[in-house]
Amino acid sequence: MMNRRDFLKIMASLGIGSALVLEGIDRIGTAADTIPGSKNLQAGHWGMVIDVSKFKTPEDIQRVAAACHKYHNVPEINDPQHEIKWIWQEDFEHTFAELESEYLSEKVKQMQFPVLCNHCENPACVRVCPTQATFKRPDGIVAMDYHRCIGCRYCMAACPYGARSFNFFDPRPYIEEINSAVPTRTKGVVEKCTFCMERLDKGQQPVCAEASGGAIIFGDLSDPDSPVRKVLRDNFFLRRKVELGTGPSVYYIIGGGGSNA
Amino acid sequence: MMYNGGKIITGLIIFALIITAPFWLNIGQADEPPEISLDTPVINQLSEKECIESAEFMRSQHPQLLNDWRDQVVREGKTVYTSSSGKEYQISLDNTCLQCHSNRSEFCDACHAYTSVDPYCWDCHGGGIAK
Ligand code: SF4
Ligand code: SF4
Repeated sequence: MMNRRDFLKIMASLGIGSALVLEGIDRIGTAADTIPGSKNLQAGHWGMVIDVSKFKTPEDIQRVAAACHKYHNVPEINDPQHEIKWIWQEDFEHTFAELESEYLSEKVKQMQFPVLCNHCENPACVRVCPTQATFKRPDGIVAMDYHRCIGCRYCMAACPYGARSFNFFDPRPYIEEINSAVPTRTKGVVEKCTFCMERLDKGQQPVCAEASGGAIIFGDLSDPDSPVRKVLRDNFFLRRKVELGTGPSVYYIIGGGGSNA
Repeated sequence: MMYNGGKIITGLIIFALIITAPFWLNIGQADEPPEISLDTPVINQLSEKECIESAEFMRSQHPQLLNDWRDQVVREGKTVYTSSSGKEYQISLDNTCLQCHSNRSEFCDACHAYTSVDPYCWDCHGGGIAK
């Protein structure tokens, strides 16, 4: 008969042995090194300023949204229950609900705003995600790791901006032409705007900023000399639902670049 | 003493034969190993036909490598892989691997089908190349 001490000793040595084997297996996987690329755009805190006055017509917003959706393989599903949106347009009431008033001028009521994920400083979506599929990068981008998303949609319930969409079915049949440089998503995951992190990693600006002809300015909020900080210094701006404490990184300027004082 | 010993032993032998049947039935008729094709436009253009690591390494370790790449590029912001020969490659299944291996059915699927694995990479990646 084996006594309890012997049994524990054998189990302990088996345990150490298998730990060593597993360690060895782990080593095999990484033959070489990985580093951040030299072209990667870096920032302390990525942010965006949207100059609404430069979007003259709703078509201007739709053009920018279409460019984003085309690049990122966002499916076009014409059914509000199932549609997928990264950037889209809303009127004043739905963009700045807390500023609604019956005395608002007709002009302001009619205004259209491009809206997207705000890449919040305190993102509610990140706090509730049980798998850390959505997480905050050190540069402020609230990113999605679709590999880990289990489709619970807690993040959708938590986001006060409706910035997230759920794939109820395979999105591929709804993508007109797949951009092979970018993965699609799959049934059962949540998706949203990424601030074009994969383009920043290649030294490029976000698609919407590029397509907007200067109406969307993108840059490092932590750098006082960055273009975003410059426009914020020179203009009055709004952010969506700041009273919730989410700390949006997307800023709206309404009046236009100070041409008439 | 064993009662009904003969029946029990016959039963055991039959049982052993049945559960090892796949081995007896397949003896001497090995399945054809898969044909792996490297005939793609980009590979044909290469002056030196080499992958990011040796073929042996890629054959045995590509699932682990892709697993590591996934976390490194998505979660850790590391976008460049330095191979053991010192060359640098962009970490990307779509923009690095599938640029050369654009023939999914003759390359990837050939082996995956043979070994009966069904990776779900394809649900999102490789949507732009032919099946
Ligand atoms: S806008 Fe919504 S999805 Fe985007 S970071 Fe904020 S809470 Fe998360
Ligand atoms: S749906 Fe996905 S990203 Fe959203 S909370 Fe659940 S696991 Fe996280």
